[in-house]
This record gives sequence, C-alpha cells and structure tokens, in this order.
Amino acid sequence: MSINQSGWRPEMASGEADAGVATFTGNKGLMLEEALIFEIGDTDRTGVDLPEPPRVASRLGGLERDATFGLPGLAEPEAVRHYTRLSRQNYAIDLGLFPLGSCTMKHNPRLNEKMARLPGFADIHPLQPIDSVQGALALIHLVGEWLVKLTGMAAVSMSPKAGAHGELCGLLAIRSALEARGDARKVILVPESAHGTNPATAAFCGYAVENIPATPAGRVDLAALKARLGPDVAAVMITNPNTCGLFEPDMKAISDAVHAAGALVYCDGANFNAIVGRVRPGDLGVDAMHINLHKTFSTPHGGGGPGSGPVVFSELLAPYAPLPFVEQQDGHYVLVEEETAGEHHAASFGRMVAFHGQMGMFVRAAAYMLSHGADGLKQVSEDAVLNANYILRSLEDVLDAPFAASGPCMHEALFSDDNLPEGFSTLDIAKGLIDEGFHPMTVYFPLVIHGAMLVEPTETESKAALDQFIGALRSVAERAKAGDPSLKAAPHLAPRRRLDETLAARKPVLVWKDAATAVAAE
Amino acid sequence: MRYLPLTDADRSAMLRTIGAGSIDDLFVDVPEAARLSAPIAGLPNHASEIMVERQLKELAGRNLAAGEGPFFLGCGAYRHHVPASVDHLIQRGEFLTAYTPYQPEIAQGTLQVLFEFQTQVARLLGCDVANASMYDGSTACWEAIVMARRITKRAKALISAGVHPHYVSVCTTMAKFTGDVLETKLPDLTVGAPGDDLARLIAAVDKETSCVVVQNPNILGHVADMSELAARCHEMGALLIAVVTEPVALGAIRSPGEMGADIVVGEGQALGVGLQFGGPYVGLFATRDKYVRQMPGRLCGETVDAEGKRGFVLTLSTREQHIRREKATSNICTNSGLCALAFSIHMTLLGERGLRDLAALNHAKAVVAAERLAKVPGVELLNGPFFNEFTLRLSKEARPVVRALADDGILGGVSLGRLYPGAEALQNGLVVAVTETVTDEDIDELADALEEALR
Repeated sequence: MSINQSGWRPEMASGEADAGVATFTGNKGLMLEEALIFEIGDTDRTGVDLPEPPRVASRLGGLERDATFGLPGLAEPEAVRHYTRLSRQNYAIDLGLFPLGSCTMKHNPRLNEKMARLPGFADIHPLQPIDSVQGALALIHLVGEWLVKLTGMAAVSMSPKAGAHGELCGLLAIRSALEARGDARKVILVPESAHGTNPATAAFCGYAVENIPATPAGRVDLAALKARLGPDVAAVMITNPNTCGLFEPDMKAISDAVHAAGALVYCDGANFNAIVGRVRPGDLGVDAMHINLHKTFSTPHGGGGPGSGPVVFSELLAPYAPLPFVEQQDGHYVLVEEETAGEHHAASFGRMVAFHGQMGMFVRAAAYMLSHGADGLKQVSEDAVLNANYILRSLEDVLDAPFAASGPCMHEALFSDDNLPEGFSTLDIAKGLIDEGFHPMTVYFPLVIHGAMLVEPTETESKAALDQFIGALRSVAERAKAGDPSLKAAPHLAPRRRLDETLAARKPVLVWKDAATAVAAE
Repeated sequence: MRYLPLTDADRSAMLRTIGAGSIDDLFVDVPEAARLSAPIAGLPNHASEIMVERQLKELAGRNLAAGEGPFFLGCGAYRHHVPASVDHLIQRGEFLTAYTPYQPEIAQGTLQVLFEFQTQVARLLGCDVANASMYDGSTACWEAIVMARRITKRAKALISAGVHPHYVSVCTTMAKFTGDVLETKLPDLTVGAPGDDLARLIAAVDKETSCVVVQNPNILGHVADMSELAARCHEMGALLIAVVTEPVALGAIRSPGEMGADIVVGEGQALGVGLQFGGPYVGLFATRDKYVRQMPGRLCGETVDAEGKRGFVLTLSTREQHIRREKATSNICTNSGLCALAFSIHMTLLGERGLRDLAALNHAKAVVAAERLAKVPGVELLNGPFFNEFTLRLSKEARPVVRALADDGILGGVSLGRLYPGAEALQNGLVVAVTETVTDEDIDELADALEEALR
C-alpha cells in the first residue's frame, strides 16, 4: 500500500508509530518536555537591560516592597526557548483543520496582525485629545458602519469586550427600554440548545430564566414559545443559525409573536458567519445581536481571547446603547462620552468598559472586511455552509446525524453518539481524532443531543483538507464500531495522555509552590 | 479571494456529493423574503492586500502615535518598553491561532502558560491564587464587587474617591440593574487627600458593608497604606477589594495582599500588552485560597495524565456558565488569553530583579519630572508619596492646555476635565505619568511647553 499524503501508511498500527522508546530527557524527538519557569528561572536572573536610574530621594512614603515575592526571570534565549517549546504542545489552525463547532476556527490572515501593529493604531493612548486620534475614531466608525450594513440594523455599540459581554450589553439595553416605558418584566426565555452564556448573562442582569423546548427537527417550538409569551416576558434569546447548525425558518414569525407580546428579541450572533452577506438579521425582526469578531471577522482566538463583541441594535433600542460611541460630525469624528451624552444620548444605559472597546480587534476585523468586501463575505458564508454540508453528507452513513433528514445544515454538522457501540463514547471519538492529527470537534454541546459532536470546518479549508478529515473521522468511528480497545485509551500520540480532570477539581493546585512550601501546606 | 481555498470545480464536485443542485439549495431554510441575491449594497467589493494596507495606513497616519514625541499619559493605560521577543513569541501560530484549551492533551502550551501566569499574578499582587485573566481592569473590578456580595451576602459597596472614574462608571452602570448599592465620591485636589479618603472609608465601613474598593496607586497617583482600612473591614465582616492599574508599581511598593486586601483586581496592560487605544487589555483577578470557589473566570490547575506525567487542565468549571448556566458565578466565557501570554512573557523576561529595577527607574524618573514641573510658575504638585504618576494643579483649566500641547506634538498628561467632565473643582488638575520611555529632554520639553501655556 502506498504512503498517503500525510506520510502515514494505513497499515501502520498506532503502536508502531509510537516506538515506546524511553529517553533520558523524557523528550521524544521533536516532542520536547518543558519545565515551569519556577523550576528553571530564578529571581536574580533577567532578560532585560535597563539604564541606571537617576539618583533621587525616594518618594514612596515608606511603603517599599522589601520582602522577595518569588518571580523568576529568564535570560532572553532561555525565555524564547521556553515559550517556543510550549507553543509546540498546542494544536492551532495554523497546523490544521480545527473543527470546533460553534467556535468557528477560521484562518487568521497575517495582514490583520501587520495592520494592528502600525504605530498609529498600536501606540496611541485611549485618553489622547480627540484631535490626535481622528484616524482611530474613523476606523471604529468604519467597522461599525460595515456591521450595521451587513446586519441591516439601525445602530451599533463597539465597546463590549467579548461575545458574552455583548450579550450583557444587549440585555441591558432591552431592560432599559422596557423600564423606560414603565414595563418591568422579569423573565427571559432561552432555548434549551443555547450557549451557556445566554442564561448566565440573563441571570447576571437580574432576570429569571426559563427554557423553550425544541421541535423534533431541532428548531424552536413556535407553538410552545407563543404559549409561554405574556406580560412577564422581557425578551427571548435566540441563536440563529442555532447551535444545532440549523437556520430557524420561523425566525420572522418568532419575532412577530414576541413583539406582539410586548417583548424584545435578542439574537445570539455567534453563528453570524454562516449567513453574513446572504441574510440580514435586521430583516428578521431582531432587536439586538452581538457579533463575535473572532468568529465572523477572523480575529485570532489567541488560546482564549481577547474577543470583541460589538452589538447591533434596532431603531427601538438604539437610544439605550452604552457609552462611549463614535459619531461623525461634519467630517470630524467625536467620541460621545458621559460629558456629551446629555445632548445626544440621554437614555444610554451608561458605560460598560473603561475606554472604548477592543481597538486592536477592530483593526484586524477592518482588514478582513476590506479584503473580502461585500462580494467576498457572501462567498465566505456560502463556502462555510458548503463545507459543513459536505462533511454532513460524507459521514452520515457512519455517524448518526440527528437532523440530517430535515434538510441541509448551515455552517456546522451535528452528529450524536447513537450509532456508537456499547462502551464507546463521543469522548473516545474526540480523543481518537487527536492521534490522527486533528483537533476534535465540539463535544457534548448542544446539550439537547446525546453525546453531541458538532463539526464546523469553516470556509478556509480546502477540499483536500476536508477529505482527509472525513477519512480520519470515518476511520476512528469504524474503529469504535469494531470495538478497538486502543481507542478507549486515546490519545496515544499527543504530548499528554488523557488528563485526570477529577483530581484537578478535587485537589485544586492553581499556583506553583516549591516542594518545601507544598509539603508544609499539606 | 486569497483566504478561500475552494475552486469552482471543488464547489461543483462537493454539491454533487451533497446532492444539491446549487448553493441556494443549502439556504432553503431561509425564508425567500430574507434571502439576498446580490452582495450587500453600499459596501466595496474585495480588495488586494496592497490596497487594504494602503487604506489602513492612511487611517493610522491620522493619529499622533506615542513614539512621535514626548508622552506622559497614564490613568489606567501605561506606555512601557516591551522587549522585542514578546511580540515575536505571541505571534507564533500555535499560541495566536489556538482556541480555549478544551482538549488539554493538545493544549498544554496554553495551559502551562496560564498556570505560570496565575502564579505570577498571585505573587505580584500578594495573594494566594489568581485566575486565568478577565477582559480588563474595569470589568474585573465589577466582578470583584459581585463576588464580595456572594461571600458576605451584603449589597453595599464603598468606593474610594481614588478609583479610576471609568471603573466607577462601569460599576455604577451595572449596579443600576443588580440592585447593589454603591457609595462613591469624587476626588479632590488638596494635598494629602488620599489619607483623608482612607480615614473617611474607615469611618464609613459598617455591618451592612459588603466591600470597600480602593485603588493603589490611585487615579491621582497617590500611594497609601491600606492596612488599617483592611483591618477595619475585617472587623466589620466586609472585604477589602484593591485595584491596581499600574502593575509595575508592585516592583517598588508593598502589594495589596500584604496590606490585607481580600480580592485584588488589576489592569495588566502595562506589562507586554501595549496601549492600543484602550484594548484589548488583560484583567488581573486574585484572592485568598478560601474564596476560590466564588471566583469568576477560567482557572487552570495541575493534574496528571494516564501515565502519571504532570499536565494542566481547566478546572473548577462548575462555577462557570457552560456548566452552571444561570447559576454561574459570572457570564464570562472568553478571557484575554493572548494578552495574558504577553503579560506573562514580559514578566518572565523581567523576573523579580528586572521588575524591581524597572520600578526603580520609573519612580526615579517620575521624581525628577515632578520636581522639575513643580518649579514651573503656575504649577503645584499635589502628591506626597507617589510611584510613577502624579497630579499637578495648574493655574488654569488643564484641558485646553493639554490640547494645545498635543497640537505641538507633546502628549503632556491626562486632564481631570477629560475624566471628570463637569466637576468644577477638578478642572485644573493634570495627571502626569512618567515611565522608562521618557527622556530628560522630554521632561524639559514638557516643562517649557507648560510654562509657555500657563504664562
């Protein structure tokens, strides 16, 4: 048999690839172990050279920090090696397809990074006089304008720091609007399949949360929703496309019913990447929606942030949007803050972050928007949906696809553990994929599907990459069906085997302690 | 379109596999009326890299960048020299383009960094434990107040006059919706004011108080000992929340933890992150061991793998939204991972010795600048103890002065009028920050320009 494109011969058993050779260092060739900075550095070593300070009498008022506090340093070569070695223990989109459903791991263009590092964007202070930052305000305004046009909404708030923060922004605007008309409602309705941030956000701003059931086809149950609507319901939070990867065909009817009951519609825009350029949420009756710039507009995930979660608003909610925001007045850009809000924006619910939002992310998103343009963004959502459907139809014979019969999916393909034999779980499939050199899909989410596997390839994958992934996932699923016990112990070939998460939670070790301190604390 | 690998031939082949006649068939669930057939109007079509670069460079060029002249702005965002290797390392694709470490076997790089970051932050702030970061200092500050409410079951927070006004504003906004009672006060421009404010707070703490929030160094640059206030808080069953917006200060002054703070939140931007017009930044959040389970945000913990090798995982997630949903300690999901990495690398390059040297350099330069500026006619220095930032009371309103200086290419400080619009008594205040990036010539230029402006 020939070697396939990844250099791996199908007849090689997984055990052969890991020769099991014990080494002195614990390293395996290019897979390098790396100790903690607390084990390799010391408090007297440093990787920076600073000039001698001028001699002055201290003005610290006797509050000098005398005792050592144990921050180890490394010289530059050691530091570069430490972090380079650590980086190699990570999977990343730069290495391969990263099919985390609902998370949208698409390619991060490097032009974005280059632009964000222009001194005119990277090295300006948030409190500089407004005349000295006209280009920055113009850029924020530009990104805001794109978002407003792409969503068909009336206004945008750029300040929320991430998606969940955007949800908070949207709900606070909704609550403000309702209270302004003397209508203090107490309940937010959330579909069972929603992201956990939805109910958490609703609770964080003081609402009671109730679930809306789904239909067998994975959509919001419109009849059940209508039955629950009433004078106590403030808003409905809908994710569209939803977390099962399906478009809500009744979205307009849902919005109409919600509005008729005096409530408002919050749309979780986490999956906007599936419809950008093809559908405008504003046409579907949405009142507020956050947009995760990292999902739709390619800003990097960075191993867990920073995100950016601008919120678009309907005409009704626009007056309640938070401060600050950028306005154009006679060719000049102004930052509407507390001081000028009185004239322009008296109903604003206030400030939700220091300064003006995630400028560094706005620059990256702008570079991406301008690169793709309106025509390219339409192609983006089409290719994202095409890739997901290709995966769905290529694997539905081997994995259970609960909603495959109801029609095409949007940007992500959902599978369940229904077809897996006794003793094998979604987790085993995920860990098996790691040995195949892929990051697993999202697992056990959405909660409404047993053993859910949510696969989102994104538009930045080639057909060849998809074919290889499909082959790998098929192979792992077939191993499960054949009862291959080695799958239960996967991954075998990653920097670590399965980690004991129960131990981590039962006896939390959250900071490093040297051996002596750790023993004394026992 | 350079970011899209599919060819038209691929698309046709894939549609055949799917069994769809056209791409439109995949959008059948979208109601006809909502389907757009053409690209959205009013937006340009795709552009080459060179065109995009040209357009964005033009916008960037309309800003006065900090490196172009003397620069003295602080008030929650500081310009420090970031070693070249920091930006190089955070751009490694394995860090930059990784996700939240949900699959720990192939995310040990990010996880070990977070474990090291948590330890660095805890030690810097003088606390037992820290989380894997928050969005920024202001949102961390509000989360701390919410956490104190959960712990004490009380809803009244006293906020010092020295807390950054944007932080106070964020908390006030949120409190309108949650029912928390916040007692706030504006700072004043009298010498020795921070001492008075701490004395006021000591007198005000009572059995209904959930927490007292104090910033050190504070918005006017004052440095104070919070120990007595901490003791009083504990006597009354309240928590002391300390805010740090300039972490470099902790290379010189005693940490909030050492002074008795129960929760310490901060803005980590000063180390590794850069100014970026206000974001993204990185929120620091640390506390005592006993409050760990009340903490918001991600936590990374040590464990072992199936072969007994040390490894790291996200842990205690039963506090979090993806498990607890409406009962979570916070709705936070994403934190500020890449900025935490930058902070951590910068801190590792410094080490304790480097941080102490950096802090000493900042302080010495600030003292030189303060003494020089205080000699300018019409300028009075307000601070007793300070670190690298101090407040000047000018003989006239500071805001127009700052604007005039900027027109001459000098970013001379933050006017209190910008931060506290409408607060009459504060309009002559100018907050000046002096870091290692400031030269003697910069200080002379600022002094001369101020003298000119105040004449």
